[in-house]
Amino acid sequence: MTAGDSNKEPIIQVKNISKQYNIGMDRTYKTFAESFTNLLKSPIKSLKSIGYQHDTFWALKDINFNVNRGEVVGIIGRNGAGKSTLLKILSRITSPTEGEIHLKGRVGSLLEVGTGFHPELTGRENIYFNGAILGMKKKEIDNKFDEIVKFSGVEKFLDTPVKRYSSGMQVRLAFSVAANLDPEILIVDEVLAVGDAAFQKKCLGKMGEVAESGRTVLFVSHNMGAIRKLCSRTILLKDGNVIKNSETDETINYYLKSSEEVTDSIIKLPRENSNPLGSGLYLKILNSCQEPQTIFKIGENWYIDFSFRIFKEISHVIAGVGIITIDSIPIASYHSKPQDLSPGIYHVKFHFNIPLTANALQFVVGLTTYEKNFYYHQNIGFIEISDISINEQPFRTRGTGLLLTEQIATIEKLSECNNFF
Amino acid sequence: MTDTQSTYELIIKPKYGFFNINWQELKEYKELLYFLALREIKIRYKQTVMGAGWAVLQPFFTMIVFTLIFGGLAQMPSDGIPYPIFSYSGLLLWIYFSNALTQSSNSLVNNAPLLSKVYLPRLFIPTAPCIAGIVDYMIAISILVLMMIYYVFIPNIAILLLPAVVFLTFLLACGLGYWLSSICVKYRDVKFVMPFFIQLLMFVSPVIYPADIVGGNLRWLLDLNPMTGFINAHRACLLGHMPIDWYGLGISTIITFVLFITGVLYLKNTEKYFADLV
Repeated sequence: MTAGDSNKEPIIQVKNISKQYNIGMDRTYKTFAESFTNLLKSPIKSLKSIGYQHDTFWALKDINFNVNRGEVVGIIGRNGAGKSTLLKILSRITSPTEGEIHLKGRVGSLLEVGTGFHPELTGRENIYFNGAILGMKKKEIDNKFDEIVKFSGVEKFLDTPVKRYSSGMQVRLAFSVAANLDPEILIVDEVLAVGDAAFQKKCLGKMGEVAESGRTVLFVSHNMGAIRKLCSRTILLKDGNVIKNSETDETINYYLKSSEEVTDSIIKLPRENSNPLGSGLYLKILNSCQEPQTIFKIGENWYIDFSFRIFKEISHVIAGVGIITIDSIPIASYHSKPQDLSPGIYHVKFHFNIPLTANALQFVVGLTTYEKNFYYHQNIGFIEISDISINEQPFRTRGTGLLLTEQIATIEKLSECNNFF
Repeated sequence: MTDTQSTYELIIKPKYGFFNINWQELKEYKELLYFLALREIKIRYKQTVMGAGWAVLQPFFTMIVFTLIFGGLAQMPSDGIPYPIFSYSGLLLWIYFSNALTQSSNSLVNNAPLLSKVYLPRLFIPTAPCIAGIVDYMIAISILVLMMIYYVFIPNIAILLLPAVVFLTFLLACGLGYWLSSICVKYRDVKFVMPFFIQLLMFVSPVIYPADIVGGNLRWLLDLNPMTGFINAHRACLLGHMPIDWYGLGISTIITFVLFITGVLYLKNTEKYFADLV
């Protein structure tokens, strides 16, 4: 390391971090009675087991990495890879089972925007309270107040209780508070999944600004486009281990190519059992013979089978599936006819026949009524389109779309003359 | 790079040891305690017609019911002072204590998102309701002032001790609150135990009756309740109708300090699993 690198000393040093969790439904919380009967049944064993559980699993195992001052580092990985656990340890919400982290700067985290927002308090009161929770001093909030309000765009409703806000307004206000934090290390987890497109763009802009101002950012997302745009380096986690830690493009390509990550053609959708109306179950990608498949040729017809469960009688339910590129650029969307549904399990099949040349696709799934979107998830699944068309012709085109014509154009000779000009 | 950036260093590692209280951090976050307490105060009476009037009505109507039943029907003795002012001066502190303790013991579970989404000194969460309750206490004391004028009570020098008594009650509510709120994160049974525990505790506190009428075999039960010393001292400070019972106040103070210190330690030692359990 040369003298010029002294600024590049690591601001975050993660050394051998491991986190063990206890699993099992009944372990989430206990009652006295349970502990007491256990104690009576086997006194020695249960005394030994105080503070020590047998059903355990390692959410993180021996994680090591450094982040330099001013770096913007992305963290990617499938659900359950340990990303959130890592961020929780970094922001001191939960403590590691083993290992050490050295932080040389104040950490601000945006793990979930709007934490501590109280519906009864006004926008103004919530700005102060939320700011204080995120570690701001009252003076800092005073100074930033106008900026926060302006960024959120809720000026008119500052003295209205936030329970009267639309959910979009609440999210905007919450993000604005968090985005105006001034920590040296900023930890961001999926905040961009919220809000409308315009606000998402604004957020990405703000994140870019933060990154450019020389602050260190750790950014967890499923949105490969955002990761690509913002992060110079990306870490891939899998089953609690660091699989890859290198330049963003390299890590993302590795993530997309690692076959195990992509061959799921039957995708289990996030279950929202607490959702009162309904929840997605599976998304199946099928070829024209109705067999699961994940790699398609250009122009090949395929089907998207979206199954979901409805919990109570709802009218005018529309099921939708959108197709997006890996950079979250929307390509097309399909919708079902509005129907009145009673509780039960349903499925809807969409026929996909757009000849796309984009080589990687993901899905957006949603269930909605006329009034309300009650189930919505982005960046689901992964489909590859090979660069071979159904006519077995390789294509050398750029862009995401290509309309197939019946015939492939052939080159015709115009004249024999070799001095045309 | 400025110096301020490079001097800060934080090491995150597994928590071992018993006395791991980070005073520096508590000082850094002290404004947050203020905001937490302020939030409790602001949301308490939102969307009520009576608003902060409830702080007065709750002890006032309890006092009327007690006066009718215990003062009137049961002819309960009351240290030789009118029963309404006797019971109100006891209820005032008791209601502060019971409300603060109830809210404090539920505070960690009720603020689950604060535990699982952000970092802040967890000690502040059960402390905030105990601070917020003081505001209610101050509002409710106005009725006592009116009653003292009506019954012509002139407080003596002992009234200077009143803030100390209220502060000790605050420490007691915090201490028990730390214990119960931490236990409640793991064992939700606390939620069901609390209401009747507090009700039973009131019957072994000199709220309805003067401590003197309990003698012999049962007196130890009353002495063991730290609220006994505080309620007696509170009444004596305000009304000056009898000297302060220093012995009783001393015992209560010792029990309070023990509960407070062990409560802080218990919470600090269990907080590492709060985010995983809540």
